Amino acid sequence: MVTDEGRTAVDGSTRDGAEVKLSVRDLSISYGDKTVLSGVSFDVEEHEIFGIIGPANSGKTSFLRALNRMDDFIPEMQVEGEVLFNGMEVRRWRNVYALRRRIGVVFPLPVGLPLSIYDNVALSPQLSGIKDKTVLDETVERCLRRAALWDEVKDRLDSLGSLLSGGQQQRLTIARALSQEPELLLLDEFSIAVDPVTTMRIEDVLKELKQEMTIILVTNLVQQARRLADRTAFFLSGELVEVAATEDLFTGQVQDARSRDYVEGRFG
Amino acid sequence: MFETTDLNQRNRQVESRVKTLFLLMTLLLILPVLVILTMLVIKGGPMLSIDFLFTEPTQGMTAGGILPALVGTVWLVVVALLASVPFGVAAALYLSEYAADNWLTRIINLAIINLAGVPSIVHALFGVGAFVLFFRFGTSILAASLTLAVMTLPVVIVSTREALQAVPHAFREACWNMGATRWQTIRRVVLPNSISGILTGVILEVSRTAGETAPIMFTGAAFYLPFLPQSVYDQTMAMSLHLFVISTQVPDVPEGLPYGVALVLIGMVLSMNALSIAFRTYLRGKKKW
Ligand SMILES: Nc1ncnc2c1ncn2[C@@H]1O[C@H](COP(=O)(O)OP(=O)(O)O)[C@@H](O)[C@H]1O
Ligand SMILES: [Mg+2]
Repeated sequence: MVTDEGRTAVDGSTRDGAEVKLSVRDLSISYGDKTVLSGVSFDVEEHEIFGIIGPANSGKTSFLRALNRMDDFIPEMQVEGEVLFNGMEVRRWRNVYALRRRIGVVFPLPVGLPLSIYDNVALSPQLSGIKDKTVLDETVERCLRRAALWDEVKDRLDSLGSLLSGGQQQRLTIARALSQEPELLLLDEFSIAVDPVTTMRIEDVLKELKQEMTIILVTNLVQQARRLADRTAFFLSGELVEVAATEDLFTGQVQDARSRDYVEGRFG
Repeated sequence: MFETTDLNQRNRQVESRVKTLFLLMTLLLILPVLVILTMLVIKGGPMLSIDFLFTEPTQGMTAGGILPALVGTVWLVVVALLASVPFGVAAALYLSEYAADNWLTRIINLAIINLAGVPSIVHALFGVGAFVLFFRFGTSILAASLTLAVMTLPVVIVSTREALQAVPHAFREACWNMGATRWQTIRRVVLPNSISGILTGVILEVSRTAGETAPIMFTGAAFYLPFLPQSVYDQTMAMSLHLFVISTQVPDVPEGLPYGVALVLIGMVLSMNALSIAFRTYLRGKKKW
């Protein structure tokens, strides 16, 4: 919700004085010789939920991959331009693993790892070297609580995370992302395989999490962006059509007519 | 409009005849297996006894037991596995988890496929040249086992790689996204969930190795050596070669003896296979995703 006029300028630029968490400068992405995102620039502020909407194949997932350097694992993926996280170009981070730990990711299809529920959440702290059982126990409980899953699984932390229901697995994935204590949380169409009730619960969780971190929410549901995002970017066929205060986008105060058509469901 | 025409009728008759023909041909496949097993049990069964398994051959291999051959085969298989499994698994991990799709990887893949196609007698000659002569291991368990290892390596690599690939890619991506290195991902998620498949492949490999004759014939297996091997530098008798020898090279062998040896050999191989199938079934029941 953006009701406070001063909070977000009408043109979607960041408000004065806000810390910039992520800054994207002229970002282009291609796979082989196929360009899937070209010349995208915008800033994401600290503690905002930044929505990204757009039809399938418009480059949203590829955009997220560039943020935590997943292109390292995809040989044919090339990234040009700059991504500044905390003011530092991600390719210049000396420890890419530390960078990735600061950025939590939630995928469209829930990925419960074939480990116990406990280990799903404890894995990231363990990988970063934490061995103390009490610290791990505490982290697991805290993250599961914040992901609104604790009550459902607290009696069976030893059972397999990959055998939970879809909605539970997606909350497990969120708990796992939170265990990294991320500064930036990326969600990629998280509600695609999740029932409406769970979707609502996760949306409530996200509103809470916003106090502690910055969230980029890629969503296939434009109404979800409307409910959650402070500002929203509209991607179309690899192009950033516009970034606007979410309220403006949904009340027709747009710079590009295609944005209005899309949020009103007239194409895509 | 859709009445049964003559053509339709004929098509259906042909269809059912073709199906029956294929079924019969499939059943025909089972026949050799049944005949072999029955023959072995009928003719070799009476030979089996504790003494047969645990004493040495006597009277120029026309009587007595098969202990040295039995023990020798176990040595050969174990040493071959100790060599081929670490290399094979490491190679499979590299190819499946690290290698980019470039010319080097393609050459390696091509080499593996070709290695798998090399006849075992050629492996035997390679073993003589490389292990017996060049590395000066002499004709020994070590040379024979290494020859077997080279021969089985492609199969170990391919089956391990298949087991690794059966772990969904999404699990790896999830780990990488949380800042895990490739090795951490392998150790925490990929290996624990593919180890069963890898082991299944290895067990099958064992059973194949146990039956091979050509690769060990010139490299370490002895015609007749009624002692148990003391180290990998000794020669040894082996079940497969022993069977070949008493069936074709030694006069006046009682008819039942080769059948008895063959029965024990096939018993070893089949029980290995059964173990691997049981293992796989057990693991399928414990499927984690
Ligand atoms: N690993 C890949 N290799 C080649 N092309 C890809 C790969 N991933 C995505 N693409 C292509 O990039 C384009 C954008 O995809 P994506 O970023 O997934 O869009 P979105 O998330 O908006 O649906 C699509 O045309 C897709 O086919
Ligand atoms: Mg996508």
